[in-house]
Amino acid sequence: MSTTFAKALNTALRDAMSEDERVLVLGEDVGRLGGVFRVTDGLMDQFGEKRCFDTPLAEAGIVGFAVGLAMSGMRPVVEMQFDAFAYPAFEQITSHVAKLRNRTRGAVGMPIVVRVPFAGGIGGVEHHSDSSEAYYAHTPGLKVVTPATVEDAYSLLREAIADPDPVVFMEPKRLYWSSADVELPAAAPPFGQAVVRRRGNDVTLVAYGPTVPVAIEAAEAAREEGWDVEVVDLRTVVPFDDETVLASVRRTGRCVVLQEAQGFAGVGAEIAARVQERAFHSLHAPVLRVSGFDIPYPAPKLEHVHLPDVDRVLDAVARLQWDDEPDTRWTRGLDGHGLTGAGLGGVA
Amino acid sequence: MTTTSESDLSTRGATRLLPSTDPVRLLDEQGRRTGDDDRYPAPSDTDLLEMYRRMVVGRRFDVQATALTKQGRLAVYPSARGQEACQVSAVMAVRDDDWVFPTYRESMALVARGIDPVQVLTLLRGDWHCGYDPVATRTAPQCTPLATQTVHAAGLAYGESLQGRDTVAVAFIGDGATSEGDFHEAVNFAAVFKAPVVFLVQNNRYAISVPLAKQTAAPSLAYKGVGYGVESEQVDGNDPVAMLAVMRRAVEHARSGHGPFLVEAHTYRMDAHTNADDPTRYRDAAEVEAWAGRDPLTRLEAYLRSAGVLDDAGAEAVRAQAESFAADLRTRMNTDPDLDPLELFEHVYATPTTQLLEQREQVRAEMEAEPDAEGTAEEDHR
Ligand SMILES: Cc1ncc(C[n+]2csc(CCOP(=O)(O)OP(=O)(O)O)c2C)c(N)n1
Repeated sequence: MSTTFAKALNTALRDAMSEDERVLVLGEDVGRLGGVFRVTDGLMDQFGEKRCFDTPLAEAGIVGFAVGLAMSGMRPVVEMQFDAFAYPAFEQITSHVAKLRNRTRGAVGMPIVVRVPFAGGIGGVEHHSDSSEAYYAHTPGLKVVTPATVEDAYSLLREAIADPDPVVFMEPKRLYWSSADVELPAAAPPFGQAVVRRRGNDVTLVAYGPTVPVAIEAAEAAREEGWDVEVVDLRTVVPFDDETVLASVRRTGRCVVLQEAQGFAGVGAEIAARVQERAFHSLHAPVLRVSGFDIPYPAPKLEHVHLPDVDRVLDAVARLQWDDEPDTRWTRGLDGHGLTGAGLGGVA
Repeated sequence: MTTTSESDLSTRGATRLLPSTDPVRLLDEQGRRTGDDDRYPAPSDTDLLEMYRRMVVGRRFDVQATALTKQGRLAVYPSARGQEACQVSAVMAVRDDDWVFPTYRESMALVARGIDPVQVLTLLRGDWHCGYDPVATRTAPQCTPLATQTVHAAGLAYGESLQGRDTVAVAFIGDGATSEGDFHEAVNFAAVFKAPVVFLVQNNRYAISVPLAKQTAAPSLAYKGVGYGVESEQVDGNDPVAMLAVMRRAVEHARSGHGPFLVEAHTYRMDAHTNADDPTRYRDAAEVEAWAGRDPLTRLEAYLRSAGVLDDAGAEAVRAQAESFAADLRTRMNTDPDLDPLELFEHVYATPTTQLLEQREQVRAEMEAEPDAEGTAEEDHR
C-alpha cells in the first residue's frame, strides 16, 4: 500500500500517543486543522484536546512550555510551523532544552521532540525554506534527525519520541508528499546509524534529508559516465555515524558531501573535516562539498539556482579524477561549478 | 456568519483582575498593624515568628555569601539583602510538593526552602551544575537567562494539572526581566491554559543599573497581568505580613483552579547587583538610606515584640542560630570543590555519543600524562 511521508509521520504520532499517555502534541494549528502540512491530522479528534492542542502564537512560549511539561513527566512533541519561525524559540532550545540534563547533573532529562519542517524546493516565500540543521547540530545536548524515506519518517519519529533526550526532528518539506509501498509500523536502524542507500565502489556520496533523493538520482546518472557511486544517508546528523561514512570512504577512496544548506560552516564542512582527519591515507582526492550558496534562501522563481541538483553533483564527481597536477586543475575546476569554495582555504 | 454580540465586547470582569491602587500593606514602616484587608487575612503570629526566623537566617546567609566573594570563594553572588520578605514568603506560601522556579537572585529563598546552602552556592562557586536535585527539592535550577524560567513554570503547572495533581508553581522574576518576551508568553500561556502559576515580580527598582522608569511606562508592573486576563496584585515587598498574606492568597487562587496570579512586590535591592557592580554610579546614598528605613526584618521584629511573641531571649536565640548557620557555611566553603573533569562528558546525553566517549578518553589520557598539571601551571606563573 502506498504511504506518503506525511502519513508516516502522522501514524508515528498516533501510535506513540496510543502507546504512551505521556505523549502530547502541541503547536500552532496542530489541533482542528491538523497542522499546515497535516502531519497532526485527526490527533485532536482521537486523543482529545488535552493530548493534542493549539497554543498561542509564540514559539519561545511553545518550547518553554514543553520544558515545563517535560519536567512534570510528560513527553511533549512540539511542532514549529516552519524552519525560520523556530528562531524565536532558539534560546529556549539552546539554553534549556539542550542543557537541562547537564545543568542538573542528569536529574532532569528533556524528552522533547521539536519537529521542524525545513528546507526548500516547494516554492515557498521567504522565511519558509531555511536549512537550519547546523544551528542545532552545533548545540551539545540536542540530537538532530532528518529522515529521507517513508520508513525512516515513521521509525525515526517513533524513536525520537521514545528518546530520553531532546530531538530536533527536521522534516524535509519537499518530501512530505513523496510516497512508497510501505506497511506501517516500519522498522529501520536506530539513531546514530547511517545507511548505505546504494552500493558503489568509486565514490562515496554522503547526503541527508532533502538531498538523499538527489544523491540517488545522481548516482544512477553517474553510472552512465562510468562512475560507480555509493550513497550514504546519514539519517541522524547527531549522533553522527563516523563508522559507516569512514568505512565507505576507505573503500572508495573518494568522497563528496551533499547538503542543501548554505555551505559555509555547515554540516558538510564537519563531515569533510572528519573524513580527511581519519581517512586521509585512503583518499585519492580532496573531499568535496556540494551545497547551496551562502545566500538567504532565494525567491521561488530562483530557488533552482540555489538548490544543488544532479548536474552539480556530477560535476563534483567528475572533479574527483584527481591526477598529479592538482593545484592548477583544482583552481580552474572551481569556476562556475557551484562547488563550495568555503572549505578550500588558501587553495582557491 | 457570526456577529459580535454586546457581551463579546464587554469588559465586565476586568475590574476583578485589577490590582489595588496602592500596594497592599498590613504593617507600617514602624511595624504597627495597619488594620485588616478582607481579601488578605493576616497570617498567625506563629507563622510570622517562623517567617522571622527564616528571614534572619536568610540575611545572615546572604551577608556570608557576599563575604565569600570577597575571599574569592565564590565567583559571583547576587545579593538579596532587603528582599527577605519576598523571598521567604514565597517559599512559606507553598507546599513541599509545589515547585519553585528561581533566578540567580533567589539563593535566600532556596535556603529558606531548606536546601543545603553549599548546594545552593554550587554554581556560583565555579562548578558546572546547579548543585541540588531539582526533582527531589521541587526547585528548578537557578535561572540565568532572564525570564526564560517563567515559561517552564507555566508548562510544569499545566503538566501537573493534566495528570490530576494540584501542584502550584511559583516563578520568580525581577522588574527588568518583565520586559522580556518570554515573561509575556508565559503569563499568556498560563492564562489560556489556566495553569496554576504564581508569578512573583520582585520590583527592586533596578535591572543592574537601569531604573524602572527606563524599563516600562506602565503605572505598575502588576498591571502586566490584566491584559492577559490574569488577576494581579501589588504589595509592599518590605512588609512581611502583607507579603505572606498576598502570596498565600495567590497560591490558593491558583490551586483552586482559577488559573495564574501575578504579584508585584515593591522592594529594594540594598546591595550591588552583584559584587562586580558599582551602584554608586547610578543611585544616590539618600535613596538607599530611605529604603534602609523600611527594612523588612526590623519591621517584623518590632511587630512580633509588640504582639508579645518575641522577646530579647527569643531574638537572641534566632540570632545564635543564624550565626552557627553562617559559621558552618564558612567552614564548608573553605575548601575548593572537588571537580571531576570526566563527569563533564556524562550528562550531555543520557548515553554519551561515540564522539563524547572519544573526547572523554582524550581528557583522561591528558590527566594521566600530567597528574600535577595545575601545580605546574602555577609554578610557571610565578
Ligand atoms: C536574556 C538575558 N539578557 C541579559 C542578561 C544579563 N543580566 C543579568 S541580570 C540583569 C538585570 C536583571 O534585572 P531584574 O530583572 O530587575 O532582576 P534583578 O537582578 O534586579 O533581581 C541583566 C541585564 C541575562 N542574564 N539574560
